[in-house]
Amino acid sequence: MLKHILTSLTGGPVTEAAPSPADPALAELAGKLDKAAKARLGRSLSIREVDAGSCNGCELEIHALSNPIYDLERFGIRFVASPRHADVLLVTGPVARNMREALIRTWDATPGPKWLVVCGDCAVSGGLFAGGYACVGPVEEVLPVDLRIPGCPPRPTDLLAGLLALLETSAAR
Amino acid sequence: MYGEEPLFGLLNRIGTPVESHRPWPRYRLGRDGWLRLIEELAGNGWSLLGLWGEPKAVHAAFREDFSGDVAVVSLDCPQGRFPSLSAVRPAANRLERAAHDLYGLVAERTTDPRPWLDHDAWGVRRPLSEQPAAPVPSPGPYTFLPVEGEGLHQIPVGPVHAGIIEPGHFRFTANGETVVRLEERLGYVHRGVEGLMQGRPVAEAARLAARISGDATVAHSLAFARAVEAALGIEVPARAVWLRALMAELERVANHLGDIGAICNDAAFAFMLAQTSQLRERVLRTADACFGHRLMMDRVIPGGVATDLPERGAGLLRDLVAELRKRFPPLVAIYDGKASLQDRTVTTGFVSAELVTRFGAGGHVGRASGRDQDSRRSPGYAPYDELTFEVPVLTEGDVNARVWVRIREVEQSLSLIEQIVVRLPAISRGLDHPSVPVEAGRGGEGMALVESFRGEIMTWVRLDGEGAVARCHPRDPSWFQWPLLEAAIGGNIVADFPLCNKSFNCSYAGHDL
Ligand code: SF4
Repeated sequence: MLKHILTSLTGGPVTEAAPSPADPALAELAGKLDKAAKARLGRSLSIREVDAGSCNGCELEIHALSNPIYDLERFGIRFVASPRHADVLLVTGPVARNMREALIRTWDATPGPKWLVVCGDCAVSGGLFAGGYACVGPVEEVLPVDLRIPGCPPRPTDLLAGLLALLETSAAR
Repeated sequence: MYGEEPLFGLLNRIGTPVESHRPWPRYRLGRDGWLRLIEELAGNGWSLLGLWGEPKAVHAAFREDFSGDVAVVSLDCPQGRFPSLSAVRPAANRLERAAHDLYGLVAERTTDPRPWLDHDAWGVRRPLSEQPAAPVPSPGPYTFLPVEGEGLHQIPVGPVHAGIIEPGHFRFTANGETVVRLEERLGYVHRGVEGLMQGRPVAEAARLAARISGDATVAHSLAFARAVEAALGIEVPARAVWLRALMAELERVANHLGDIGAICNDAAFAFMLAQTSQLRERVLRTADACFGHRLMMDRVIPGGVATDLPERGAGLLRDLVAELRKRFPPLVAIYDGKASLQDRTVTTGFVSAELVTRFGAGGHVGRASGRDQDSRRSPGYAPYDELTFEVPVLTEGDVNARVWVRIREVEQSLSLIEQIVVRLPAISRGLDHPSVPVEAGRGGEGMALVESFRGEIMTWVRLDGEGAVARCHPRDPSWFQWPLLEAAIGGNIVADFPLCNKSFNCSYAGHDL
């Protein structure tokens, strides 16, 4: 164990350089944050993740963001346990109807200013699950969406680029 | 030979075999035969492999574990009713409730008639039956089982949990810190997969199968593909068979690494997660470089595989195995040597051998409690018959045992990957693609058992005359593991629930479909 800690301390960081904020995300976000909100947030975002019918593939990649290689926390972005502590809801899945109410309640429990980011093709468009009896489809049919990160699932670098764009936009003065 | 086996012996007596069901037989039973089967099940140890509905029929699959014989039994239910199996096979209960919610089939004399997947939110009842019904006008709340006793309090958790995990509801009844009972309520991520598959061409349905449970995308795709191939009598190219196993083992290693770290993290030992998540990332990047997708989604397709290994693939895989062989054992030694960690995992979340057998639970849940079952070995499928591997089985039945089963399986899978990489070059690439066309215009019924990292998947499929999916039932291993989590947490403290839950790591999506 000691040897391990020593190697970790002396071996240099395993964390990789961040991707630049995604251009399409920046464009999508332009004008979505007012001055007051920017001042309030500074360079920090708290995210509450909500699975609204995901296959759990998106969750796996969202999890990966916290590993030492992507190390999301170095940007001041962190996942929080309660929507009451969150600035951002990160939603996955084609809004299973059985999750619709829980999703809306979680959004309502999130204090403003707040943003809604959807992750994955399911949440963006309903993916393969749109049109059935069990799913609503795109998250935007239920709640207002600020940023879309497509992919099935999006790669961690895509997620990172999207979230960094949100951070840039919210921190720009 | 088969006639002498007890499973087939009985079924041949009480049922009529159906044609074109492969590779195992399916028997049509009358109501009397079905009742006779229930009597027989009360006294024997056949494992339930699945139970699923159709608008006017119910099917169940069994395995006689000792001989490995597998069969499907079917009962026509023109009145939409069938005698429940839940009294003799408790694992059947939730499957029967699901068949009720989707197809309106009523299980007579069931041990628990409450709805399961239907949360009164679909805007329709029994959506997959011939006559879907209007929703209940003002649905009441779900009734949880009553709990009585002094000093008990309830803690409702979910569906939205504190971490980045899937949604489900847990109703704890506790006496002080000790959990007296846990009751699960699932179904929140029901996406209607079975309904969406119906009528779709095989290739499209395969994309749905790949998204049943993202963490087991390779295994579910494989189960679906093999069921379709069985139905159509298709032989896939040898190279595809080997590449499929390669992907399946990569998936197993990646998930086990993630789980081992996450379990330790839930015991407040974050160091392990920081380490194993790097190793996991390493596996996913290799998978990406080899197959063009980190989770290898849509890479196993009916007829073969979608991509061959690139030239540099073998080298990348060899490097991966070498690196994991170097970096994983020291972490195992740390796990083994940390008293504070062992204090949390040893004896926590105990599941008895009797329970795993009764529920037919597989994967690390079954094998940590002495159930020696792995479908790669029995009934077995190619290419595992040509590979050397062990199936680790422990008997302690606690969180620690479930961690150790995973550790040993990582080691076994690394050896399997190595063996496959050695064998691959000798297996011809064929003309162009490691897949054969899946002919449309033919029907049939097929079934497959595939060992995912989580346990055994059973997928059953019926293709119609046009080669589209008429009915598909993919049964995730979680169905038989979720009920045991309720037992595992009993007598433990509430704070140990995340640990127990993670040590099971059941799939919500795979279960809810
Ligand atoms: S986008 Fe893909 S990975 Fe994400 S939840 Fe949907 S199917 Fe799963």
